[in-house]
Amino acid sequence: MSLVELHAIHKSFGELEVLKGIDLSIDEGQVIALIGKSGSGKSTLLRTINGLEVIDDGVIIVDGKKISDRDADLLGLRLQVGMVFQQFNLFPHYTALENVMLSPQVVKKQSKAEAKQIAEEMLAKVGLADKMMHYPDQLSGGQQQRVAIARALAMKPKVLLCDEVTSALDPELVNEVLAVVRQLAEEGMTLVMVTHEMRFAREVCDKLVFMHQGRIHETGDPETVFANPKTPELASFVGGLA
Amino acid sequence: MAYKFDFGAIVPHWQLLFDGVILTTELTVIGAVVGVGLGIMGAWARASRAPVISQIVGVYVELIRNTPFLVQLFFIFFGLPALGVKLTEFQAAVLAMIVNLGAYSTEIIRAGILAIPQGQIEAAQSLAMNRVQIFRYVVILPALKKIWPALSSQIVIVMLGSSVCSQIAAEELTFGANYIQALNFRAFEVYFVVTGLYLVMSILLRMGLKVLGNFLFERRRHV
Repeated sequence: MSLVELHAIHKSFGELEVLKGIDLSIDEGQVIALIGKSGSGKSTLLRTINGLEVIDDGVIIVDGKKISDRDADLLGLRLQVGMVFQQFNLFPHYTALENVMLSPQVVKKQSKAEAKQIAEEMLAKVGLADKMMHYPDQLSGGQQQRVAIARALAMKPKVLLCDEVTSALDPELVNEVLAVVRQLAEEGMTLVMVTHEMRFAREVCDKLVFMHQGRIHETGDPETVFANPKTPELASFVGGLA
Repeated sequence: MAYKFDFGAIVPHWQLLFDGVILTTELTVIGAVVGVGLGIMGAWARASRAPVISQIVGVYVELIRNTPFLVQLFFIFFGLPALGVKLTEFQAAVLAMIVNLGAYSTEIIRAGILAIPQGQIEAAQSLAMNRVQIFRYVVILPALKKIWPALSSQIVIVMLGSSVCSQIAAEELTFGANYIQALNFRAFEVYFVVTGLYLVMSILLRMGLKVLGNFLFERRRHV
């Protein structure tokens, strides 16, 4: 059984149908990249996986449990599925350490000492042991994004969603963030990422999902998908990047 | 100029002015603390997605913001006894100030809440925080920080507005002034001194609110 299963997911914003029946399963330890043009629905799909977008129709099953849109279910879902955003979204009034400690303390009711220990561990893991007492606006974009990753990891999620985590970064800061993501992938973390970093996706991912006009248009392992795109849309997408 | 100034005529009545300052301060402190608390709850209700509560609070805010404070005060003190709610002068004055500041601060704080980027809230949601936790830990402090100057001004306005509470014989500072000048007919001297007292109290209040703001929002020196 897969860790996350999506069946026939539909989602509209007003008249615009953004997801037109998505089926996707995510296995434990799998690293999946969602690719496609902007407007293809890949970010929306990612956001449905932790309930930031409520689906209109379809079924989401996480760890064998069907998720409804009730608050209790959503909170339970989000305990298992962490997320990192394009814009980092650190809380500006807390230090890096406090950002990471907050949710374990407040949501998981960990003691301050316990939360601090985990937070220090996670910040060290992303290479920021020396920046723990800095506030977000005292950190570079790449450092902020690594804090955001540490913050998500401190909740010990089973799946981590990454929504274009390098798109808001200056080019020279992209690699430090990708290195962290790569390390997580190597450690066996289950990852689903929306990305425009095709070379990175090719190297790190087990599975590529190409989205086009609200549907999964083509999927497969990265080497095959890049080398032999079966559909003209993917060929043109991949070709356009080269 | 026939008029001879005699500020000494106030001296025998200093106790009245002193008591007035104390009562005005009490009214302001209670009014500000409870009123801002009411404003925080009101703002949360206005910003929440519960349409009925949001509309009820909206009616309250518009009702208060579009009627004179003096009339609100009279309604509470002279009107409510008809419903069996009989309040002392002090209780009526403090209630009027709470209700008044609650409405204005609801709108001010709501503006601060709306200025919090949606991404902050989504990040908190993705960390499995519930609505109350998100409001308490992620939203309210940065929101208050954004609107603290506006809120401080409103609190000062309410403090100055408390002068009309003399009209229901709440023995605050203006009441004391009216009383003294009725005794000695030294209107110029009395109101000159009282104006000065209000000015000093306003300045102290503003300074106090600034210090409080620094305490609440300034970064603890970690780095």
